[in-house]
Amino acid sequence: MTALSAPGGGSLALSALDGVATVPLALSALSTRYAYATFALLFAIGLYMMIASPNLVKKVIGLNLFQSAIFLFFVSMAYVRGGAVPVIPSEGGAVGAYASPLPQVIVLTAIVVGVSLTAVALALIVRLYTEYGTLNEETIREVMDE
Amino acid sequence: MSNPELALLVAVPILAATLPLLVGLRFDSVGWPIATVAALVEAGLAVFVASRVATEGRYVHSLGNYPRQYGIELVADGFSAAVVLLIAVVTLAVLGYARRGGAREKTYYSAFLLLCGGLMGIGLTGDVFNMFVFLEIVGLATYALVAAGRSGRSALAALKYLLVGTAGASMYLVGIGFAFVATGTLNMAELSRAIPETVGYSDPLVVASFSFVAVGLSVKAAIFPLHTWMPDAYAEAPDTVTAYIAALVSTLGAYALARIIYSVYTPAFFEAVPLAGDALVAFATTSIVAGSVLAVIQSDVKRMLAYSSVAQFGMIVAAFGLGTEQALLGGAIHLVGHGLMKVGLFLGVGVIASAYGVRTVREYANLGYRSPVTVAAMGILLLGLVGIPPSVGFLGKWYIAWGAIEAGAPVVAAVVLFSTLLTLLYVARLLETLYFRPPDDVEGAVPAADVRLRSDGGGDADAGTDDVSADADAGTDDVSADADAGTDDVSADVGAYVDVDDAGMAEINAGTGTRPVSFGMVFVVAAIAVAAVALGFAGPVFEGFLGPFLEAVL
Repeated sequence: MTALSAPGGGSLALSALDGVATVPLALSALSTRYAYATFALLFAIGLYMMIASPNLVKKVIGLNLFQSAIFLFFVSMAYVRGGAVPVIPSEGGAVGAYASPLPQVIVLTAIVVGVSLTAVALALIVRLYTEYGTLNEETIREVMDE
Repeated sequence: MSNPELALLVAVPILAATLPLLVGLRFDSVGWPIATVAALVEAGLAVFVASRVATEGRYVHSLGNYPRQYGIELVADGFSAAVVLLIAVVTLAVLGYARRGGAREKTYYSAFLLLCGGLMGIGLTGDVFNMFVFLEIVGLATYALVAAGRSGRSALAALKYLLVGTAGASMYLVGIGFAFVATGTLNMAELSRAIPETVGYSDPLVVASFSFVAVGLSVKAAIFPLHTWMPDAYAEAPDTVTAYIAALVSTLGAYALARIIYSVYTPAFFEAVPLAGDALVAFATTSIVAGSVLAVIQSDVKRMLAYSSVAQFGMIVAAFGLGTEQALLGGAIHLVGHGLMKVGLFLGVGVIASAYGVRTVREYANLGYRSPVTVAAMGILLLGLVGIPPSVGFLGKWYIAWGAIEAGAPVVAAVVLFSTLLTLLYVARLLETLYFRPPDDVEGAVPAADVRLRSDGGGDADAGTDDVSADADAGTDDVSADADAGTDDVSADVGAYVDVDDAGMAEINAGTGTRPVSFGMVFVVAAIAVAAVALGFAGPVFEGFLGPFLEAVL
């Protein structure tokens, strides 16, 4: 068990920064943690898209972007440099670093959840489109208020 | 540790959710019987779990017998048993109402059972990621049910709920991701041990993780300003759906928040990072005031009750944030009590909408004398919501206010008391309209001539004898109304109504937008009102039942 959980838990450890101590901190963080930077960027873009776009389909695309950012976060935190596939031989004797399988499983589950949500959202959008003939949320609200 | 009843509580409704669709290929109208059988099984299991928890305390079930470090655990303790019982009771009550007053579609009952299973899962799980999955199952089923209103409005409300709710659940996922990075485990009991041992409470990773989780679950619990999905979803959903989700979905959101605060971060986290607890209490307190004020200005009754939920959940979350024994006990009691009162109120609104086709406060004028049983039950529940003793609403608020004073937060106690006045404002407005405003000076109120067969309990030939007795306590006017005017129309109506197939839900009597009210619908509302009053005397029972849980977490 410890062999499995330790890499996942410890993957943020500073060992990734070996040999880059002379580079300015911000730059070194970007060059070694670009996955986390991408996560933050995608997360913010997705959230902004959901809030700012009046188009319902684009809102759903924003939602997908937002969720993909989270998947990226989980996958990148499970990454272990030089780590092996987490398949432990039944006779035992696992040595070396293993990637933690738990985040991978989480991402698989979260992807399934995300797909179902997208399906429900698109079904609702189809119904709104047949009823109002537009995908613009503001127009739909105007029609409703009349 | 194998205690399969915990797994069955989650699995039975989810498996039963497939049956209405499968069996429905061959037989019509199987949805309601299947859902009722599943709900009865659930109620039996819930009572069994609660009695076991009462005698032997907390116990767990490890799914697939994997150890909890990497397996998933289901946990039953006093708090989760109370919530599981609430789910079982509300499910039965809503199904009792839905026999005549609900939908006929098979898919509706599939989604309903799926929702029930997801709620049970949130109540029982001991794993933070598993909780995310159940939150999303609940979410998916709720979005589908809100959209069952079949109008464009309900589709838009459901979509809005979907976007906001998914964003909330995703925030929660990010939060547990941070906690996982910090500790390497997802089990609640392991996390509560690992956080102080590995990184410490004031580590930025842990604080960030708490912030994401708290914001994500506050969306689910509809804390101001994250409540915006709630009024639309409640107002546009069909009445049975509104009653069910108002009683349970946000309740389980608030439960999840309490569970995470006390079983994962523990009160020691609030001591190490006082800002986290203070911020939570501040937002929740704002929610109490904002929800009450917004409720006062609503004209649609369902919307008014929705904003009232924002205020009540503010109170509950404030209690959880305070973290004293009395406050936590009060929060738990109010969580259960609010769920019970809201299901009764929304079903009452459903009865009145079925009988008279009215939904705004103005149109409710003078209905107190036309549907005496329903309106009296609603009146009792509304006064319970204000916190007039004896009622479960009073009990919850009393403990919360006491806990706030104990925790040295007189502002919260003052807001709780002040919100009682604000609640009284909108409740009194509704009660005054129901009983004292004459219908004639209000445009749009129900004309007297239309009332004959729409009174309580009338309109259902099946429940004939029961009807008469129900109306007999209710008042002689009703009995005569039923007796002379009722018969012809009733049989015609019921004939048309019983024969309807899957499209029955959409079929409402043309013209008035009304449909027959059955004895069962009124009975459910009245029974819930009686239960809410009876639970007002159950303070010591709650204390005894939740005591071990409070001792364990505080």
